[in-house]
Amino acid sequence: MFKVVLKLGDDVSTDIVYPGRFMATVLPSETPQYAFADMVDFNARVKKKEIQPQSVIVAGKNFGCGSSREQAASCLKGPEFTVIARNFARIFLQNSINLGLNTIICPRIEAGEGDDLDISATQVVNRTTGKSFEVVPLPRARQAIIDAGGLIPYTRQRLLQKR
Amino acid sequence: MGMTYVQKVLAKATDQASVKVGDVLEPRVDLAMSHENGALVINQFQEIYQGTGLEARVWDPEKIALILDHRIPAESAKTATNQKKVRAFAADQGIHKFHDIRGDEGGICHQILPENGYVRPGYVVVGTDSHTTSHGALGAFAFGIGATEMASVWALGRILNVEVPETIKVVVQGKFHRYVLPKDLILALIGQISAEGANFKVIEFHGPAIETMSTSGRLTICNMAVEAGATSGIVPADDETVRYLHEEAGVKGKVEVLQADTDAVYAQEIEIDASQLEPQIACPHTVDNVKSIREIAGKPVNQIVIGSCTNGRLDDIQIAARILKGKKISRSVRMLVFPASARIYRQALKDGYLATLMEAGAVVMNSGCGPCLGVHQGALADGDVALATTNRNFKGRMGNPASEVYLCSPAVAAASALTGQITDPRKGA
Repeated sequence: MFKVVLKLGDDVSTDIVYPGRFMATVLPSETPQYAFADMVDFNARVKKKEIQPQSVIVAGKNFGCGSSREQAASCLKGPEFTVIARNFARIFLQNSINLGLNTIICPRIEAGEGDDLDISATQVVNRTTGKSFEVVPLPRARQAIIDAGGLIPYTRQRLLQKR
Repeated sequence: MGMTYVQKVLAKATDQASVKVGDVLEPRVDLAMSHENGALVINQFQEIYQGTGLEARVWDPEKIALILDHRIPAESAKTATNQKKVRAFAADQGIHKFHDIRGDEGGICHQILPENGYVRPGYVVVGTDSHTTSHGALGAFAFGIGATEMASVWALGRILNVEVPETIKVVVQGKFHRYVLPKDLILALIGQISAEGANFKVIEFHGPAIETMSTSGRLTICNMAVEAGATSGIVPADDETVRYLHEEAGVKGKVEVLQADTDAVYAQEIEIDASQLEPQIACPHTVDNVKSIREIAGKPVNQIVIGSCTNGRLDDIQIAARILKGKKISRSVRMLVFPASARIYRQALKDGYLATLMEAGAVVMNSGCGPCLGVHQGALADGDVALATTNRNFKGRMGNPASEVYLCSPAVAAASALTGQITDPRKGA
């Protein structure tokens, strides 16, 4: 079971997820401390490692719009968040898949902070409200990367095949 | 069935006669660009090779560009160390399209690539920067990717698992009125279709107002195509593209151009009449919150910013200088100008534009991304309002979530600097 720990609206940009002033920090092990840095209370919970792995961030449409900065995905991958959004901006979605951040496209999702969710490949069930919501499969081209465990192992396989 | 422009490019990059929307391809990459975040790409690149017994060498050093621009000169030891890492990697791998922090050849990546002739029509260009869409202005299929994706490109020379995108055709009729600029066109379009209106799609620009637009203006509209979510914005290459490459980018020899088929199938067609456009303002905190200047004129501002990969080219600086010549900007504003490249900076210096702007009270900063992303220059105070020719007004973008950023053309920015409030440049400021 997954618990919603953060509920966001539409068009949450990568400047909100990972503000530009922390972009000099690149190591995935160091980026989570700046996740949602300007949402001070939530950031404090991430920094204190109060949030359980697989906790859910629920967002509206166009989550992750803006900059291609990969830190916006790596800072959420570190604490093992799952992100459910009505839809995602292209670059953020691709970065998430490449790094193995769990992203779920759920166009009609309704859930608030504290709600408990069951998540399967085809639907999200909000156990708190009893409602269920259809999941859109990831773009076809992305599944091979997920199956390989991310883009680094996938590219490594390809390099070795080439040789 | 005919092919759109991006289908043509992807067919060529995969040695196929034709490709369909939704096909999954692994196109060859003609140019792969990174900036300071090259430091992260280098980490990921080296990780790919771990345990393979292979030496970590890029697939083709001539097809990689590394441009330091985001935080130059470095604002911190951490940034300086990242830049040092990129510098050393360029030297070690024999990457010659490396532009360091220099007054002769430095600047913002999205200006350096075009002005040096690194991008050609029909190229597949990827960059670890969302505004890589800019290079569609030269008829390339150019799009932003993340650092790990770039590491994969450096290793393989191909970008994996690209789905052929649908295309939105935007036809721009008519002529622009005085002080209505390409920036106003792209803001109007983003306002119309929304920040996600072109997500996973390409925007192809056509029509008389595009055909007569300079490459500089085309770079502005393609640059901001990503603010509608577009994978790429593309102006099919034409005589102006070839002229620009030969006369301004030092390209020698024949330039091949592609065209979309006349019976290409588009996901959507949008017609805009340039002659009906007014100056546009994108209001906080999303780029699609676009209003006509009449709705917002009079709003007091604290900081005016002219520059960036969107509007920091010579014609942008020229129009600001013309509006401000012999005048003084308001004591209530700070005006920051940052030319998009050192080459533009030097030309603006020779042409007297920078002296004019400084005499009016503006501060001219070095070429680079500067205040646009609020990292190390021009940060805003709590409650401050900025009016900028840059491309994003997201909350916190200029370094402070308690401030506001409005986006506009260079003509609006200059006219507003005189009054200290958002001002219509057509009103004879």
